[in-house]
Amino acid sequence: MGLIRLQNISRRYQMGTETIHALRDVSLEIERGEYVAIMGPSGSGKSTLMNLIGCLDTPTDGAFELNGNKVSEMDDNELAEIRNREIGFVFQSFNLLPRSSALHNVELPLIYSGMNAEERRKVALDTLENVGLTDRMHHKPNEMSGGQRQRVAIARALVNKPSIILADEPTGNLDTRTGVEIMALFADLSRKGNTLIVVTHEEDVAKHARRILRIRDGQIASDEKV
Amino acid sequence: MNFFVELKEGLGISWDAIRANKLRSGLTTLGIIIGIVTVTLMGTAIDAFNRAFLQSVSAIGADVLFVQRFGWFIDSDEEWVKAERRPQITLAQAREVERQMTLAQAVAPKAETRASVKYKNRSSNMVNVIGTTEQFLLTGGVIVVAGRFFTPGEADGGRPLCVLGANVATNLFPDEPAVGNKIRLGGAALEVIGVLEKQGEFMGPFSADNEVIIPMQQFITSFFAQPDVQIQVKVTDLRLLEDAKEELRGVMRKIRHVAPADEDNFGIDQQEMFIKLFNRVAGRIAAVGFFITGLSLFVGGIGIMNIMFVSVAERTREIGIRKAIGAKRRTILLQFLIEAASICLLGGLLGLAIAWPLTLVMGRFMPARMSPFVVAIALLVSLLTGVVSGFFPAWRAARMNPVDALRNE
Ligand SMILES: Nc1ncnc2c1ncn2[C@@H]1O[C@H](COP(=O)(O)OP(=O)(O)O)[C@@H](O)[C@H]1O
Ligand SMILES: [Mg+2]
Repeated sequence: MGLIRLQNISRRYQMGTETIHALRDVSLEIERGEYVAIMGPSGSGKSTLMNLIGCLDTPTDGAFELNGNKVSEMDDNELAEIRNREIGFVFQSFNLLPRSSALHNVELPLIYSGMNAEERRKVALDTLENVGLTDRMHHKPNEMSGGQRQRVAIARALVNKPSIILADEPTGNLDTRTGVEIMALFADLSRKGNTLIVVTHEEDVAKHARRILRIRDGQIASDEKV
Repeated sequence: MNFFVELKEGLGISWDAIRANKLRSGLTTLGIIIGIVTVTLMGTAIDAFNRAFLQSVSAIGADVLFVQRFGWFIDSDEEWVKAERRPQITLAQAREVERQMTLAQAVAPKAETRASVKYKNRSSNMVNVIGTTEQFLLTGGVIVVAGRFFTPGEADGGRPLCVLGANVATNLFPDEPAVGNKIRLGGAALEVIGVLEKQGEFMGPFSADNEVIIPMQQFITSFFAQPDVQIQVKVTDLRLLEDAKEELRGVMRKIRHVAPADEDNFGIDQQEMFIKLFNRVAGRIAAVGFFITGLSLFVGGIGIMNIMFVSVAERTREIGIRKAIGAKRRTILLQFLIEAASICLLGGLLGLAIAWPLTLVMGRFMPARMSPFVVAIALLVSLLTGVVSGFFPAWRAARMNPVDALRNE
């Protein structure tokens, strides 16, 4: 059975009298250990899909199961717990807490999972080391480059050892060279057995992945293994 | 999730937030500071007022019963009209009480009027003139600081003497001792044989400071041939106060020939009743005071609520991030409640810091001191204001949808 199962998922937004169909009747399964790239034009529904898989949002219609949990039936607090335990989310705009150090940003998911201070520090430091940022741990986000910030964000996504890592255009705010470095980091994570779903515009970014999902007008246009 | 970890994180966040917006936090706190200063001063003042009153009132003597034609507390016109028809209490009755009472340690008649006193070219208008006996020294709660009080013989005899209250003495004799000089009162020249200790402001009309005390015989000669007197009865033992009161009532009914079916035609009062009345008045003063205080805290609380809404709006994205990585509603709620409570508690501490010297100033006029109880109340109130006024904004933050919150720029 798949790690992620979407069955006839729809997500509609109501804008005044107009209804926007961001996702229409999407069904999808993703197995443990897969590395999936999601591609498609702007406004096609990629972020909407990622937010649903990341349990940040709930579908208007359809059923969604993650690791055996029926997410589409969960309440706010249960979703928060799932996000904390099962999901590592990497955003285009990093979304770090501006007043906190890199270390504290990485520690945050562990604080919310209730880990004690000593263990927390150790785990966070290990994770920061994995992304090569030990020497920047006391820096605030505005004292770091874009690439470094995204590494902190990736460390934060990894720190709770989630079932899936989701990245919504993680290289969108980075220059090409840094983007390549970040994608190499994802490739490395995939090799270590993590499940990854990455939204991207760039074909050569997508070539790291072993499955490419193309989305158009809120529907899956193609789903190919490479 | 571990509550203390959350609490610690929440404290850290709110401390950062307060520091990042020092001016704004400071201005918001102002409302709370003012509220807490009022609470503290109000509490301290009421406490001091009570204490001063009790100190003064105990000078009247807790073990003294006061018999007079009118009771101290007349509630209706009807009662007043009834009391008006009562016969006077005479000196003879006072002597009879003294003779018959077994539970009395001292019995003094007290007749009163107002008159002017003069010494050389200085005068005091409308002082209280008291005609009484030597026993008044025991029943009246007065203390002689210079000279002496009159003797039993002098009380009944014709020698023109007087004892002055503290204020009368200082008015007439600003720069010479009063004792030994002669003052003019009610057409007679009276030798001052003693001066009383000052009793203080809180006694009001009960204070002996504005009195001139003269022997009863002198009072009869100079003012009224048949005065209506108050009888002051000091009981032998405070624990027997109620028994003594009953005995006194019986004696009075007998000597005034009150028929068994009739009501008393006199009143017996004691200090306790006076304290009861005071407590009623003080209770009202406190209620008004705390209403005003509550109002200022309410305004302060509204300020906190307002600033917390601003803080939540500003940090929508931060809320989104926290929720995205696993913060629950409770966590976010707690975070903002802690922030509001911290601002208010800070305000409370500053308020106490300001109220402290003010209390010291107040202490020069009345026995005021900032009690630990008042401090605890002030801190509790400020904490509560924070939690109450922070709740609605915090609740709004806690309920945010993470996707919407993250979209916020
Ligand atoms: N919160 C929202 N309210 C209204 N419309 C939305 C909202 N989020 C997304 N949409 C709309 O849904 C569609 C898909 O958006 P999105 O998933 O962000 O596309 P993508 O990430 O592929 O660019 C777009 O038309 C977008 O305008
Ligand atoms: Mg998008």
